[in-house]
Amino acid sequence: MMKSPTALLVRRMFRRRLVLIAALVLIGVIAVAIAAPWLAPYAPNKMDIINRLKGPAMNHWFGTDEFGRDVLSRVMHGAQLSLAVGGMVVVVACILGTVTGVVAGYARRLDGPVMRLIDALMAFPDILLAIALMAALGPSLFNTVLALGVVYTPRVARVVRAATLVLRELQFVEAATALGARHARIIAIHILPNLVSPLIVQATFIFAYAILTEAALSFLGVGVPPTSPTWGNMIAGAQQYMRQADWLMLAPGGAIVLTVLALQIVGDGLRDALDPKLQKVL
Amino acid sequence: MLTYLARRIAGMFVVMFLVATVVFVIARVVPGDPAAVMMGAAATADDIAALRARLGLDQPLPLQYLMFLRDVLSGNLGDSIFLNRPVLQALGERAELTFFLTLMSVSIAVAIGVPIGIVSAVKRGTATDQGVIGLAMLAASLPSFWVGLTLIQYLAVELRWFPVAGYGPPDASLGERLRHLVLPAIALGLPNSALILRFTRTAMLDVLHEDYVRTARAKGLGQWVVVLKHALRNAMIPILTVVGLTAAILIAGAIVTETVFGLPGVGNLIVSAVLRRDYPVIQGALLIVSGIYVLINLAVDLLYAVADPRVRY
Repeated sequence: MMKSPTALLVRRMFRRRLVLIAALVLIGVIAVAIAAPWLAPYAPNKMDIINRLKGPAMNHWFGTDEFGRDVLSRVMHGAQLSLAVGGMVVVVACILGTVTGVVAGYARRLDGPVMRLIDALMAFPDILLAIALMAALGPSLFNTVLALGVVYTPRVARVVRAATLVLRELQFVEAATALGARHARIIAIHILPNLVSPLIVQATFIFAYAILTEAALSFLGVGVPPTSPTWGNMIAGAQQYMRQADWLMLAPGGAIVLTVLALQIVGDGLRDALDPKLQKVL
Repeated sequence: MLTYLARRIAGMFVVMFLVATVVFVIARVVPGDPAAVMMGAAATADDIAALRARLGLDQPLPLQYLMFLRDVLSGNLGDSIFLNRPVLQALGERAELTFFLTLMSVSIAVAIGVPIGIVSAVKRGTATDQGVIGLAMLAASLPSFWVGLTLIQYLAVELRWFPVAGYGPPDASLGERLRHLVLPAIALGLPNSALILRFTRTAMLDVLHEDYVRTARAKGLGQWVVVLKHALRNAMIPILTVVGLTAAILIAGAIVTETVFGLPGVGNLIVSAVLRRDYPVIQGALLIVSGIYVLINLAVDLLYAVADPRVRY
């Protein structure tokens, strides 16, 4: 029986049990984030001053914070924000990166100038560029997404350009040109669909980096405003009470590590499945 | 070699020119009037106008751009608004700490990543190898500021093995100062050792099945002589590249780590400049750090010839 390419891909990807486990963890984290309003035992901002800074117990699995708010509930709601920021960063970076990458790879004359600009952007370390952009734009959720989206655009652009350069020379593009197809049609019908697999792999890794960098920005006080309980903000807030209540830091930190680890393993699995040549090496 | 060097340096200038342009654009995308933002809510219209004039913000944009390029070329990065001193001087005063921190964390990352990467490649496919890859991924998933806070909590506050924060009293000896940098260097180096580990492993796997390695084994040389003398030497180029890249990443990583540990370095200066909207400092730091980043890349390329005498430019 013939299998669809997607089914084959999924099977190849999950041949390694670790990748399967990581994918399940990731689905779990996303499900918890979506269902946080129903799953969380308490409202994330419900204060209970009498029970402030209480350690993990039956009624508060991850303890309570300085206002007596339930840490587990806040981590669950934080997942919503942190994942949403990560996801939106991926969308912004993929759109900007695909446009610049396709322009550079397809339009020969623009390749040089566009890629030099990408090189210049890559000369800034991620976190520094993100901080500088946040300094200019001011701290807010939207600006964090925009800044991180710009920071990760060069990665996408380089991969997309490289893939476009190869695709442009392939016979089906030549055939389409010979048939008189316009550039817009060639890009839309013949190039873009073939960029999907390298893009998905990049997207997974950018998702992971974005979660880490967003947490660092929030921690520094230049990211998402502290009133929103992202994981980074929770760690920043926990810093003050670290000596009395180390669980405040462990729960959101553990959530970041778990999610980023799962994303990296899934990204590796996807890359191996999509590019069997690499499997030997990694 | 000389032509290659000249071409690389020319290319570097092009990138740095574009970097300067990006820096200029970032400083100009500030919504509203940057001078008003910098002066804060308490400023009078006259104060703001004076600052606008001092920073040249009252000039047309193209002229501002030319003036900015002229200043950068002459090494004048302007004055910090809050520190009342030239940006270069402010950066210079804090460079020593960041330099030592970067050096120590690169050393830690290399000391963890290279040997474990080699062992992992030699024992490819075994449980050791799988475990190492798992640990590397775990390390790469650690937010460095979280590692830092955890280290402070357990190794400094509870066990009192290391100072909690800071860079020691003003008259502290170099040894005392470096002791203050141990935990920050671990917090910064540990997550970044993962990249070095994986690159070392991949580079070693590439060379381990080469003919010359087989020949060395056939001559009856011991396993580790083959691995370290014959294989590692040939795997040095990708390893060097990733070490250079890591060094550059760590300079930026110091921004976060210095804040966690209250270290008065360049990173700390950048964060306080961002919080106080001290744009000249942000601009200057962006230029200097990206310049170092570009220089490290050039240095790595030139080191290829040292690592592998077959490389000719």
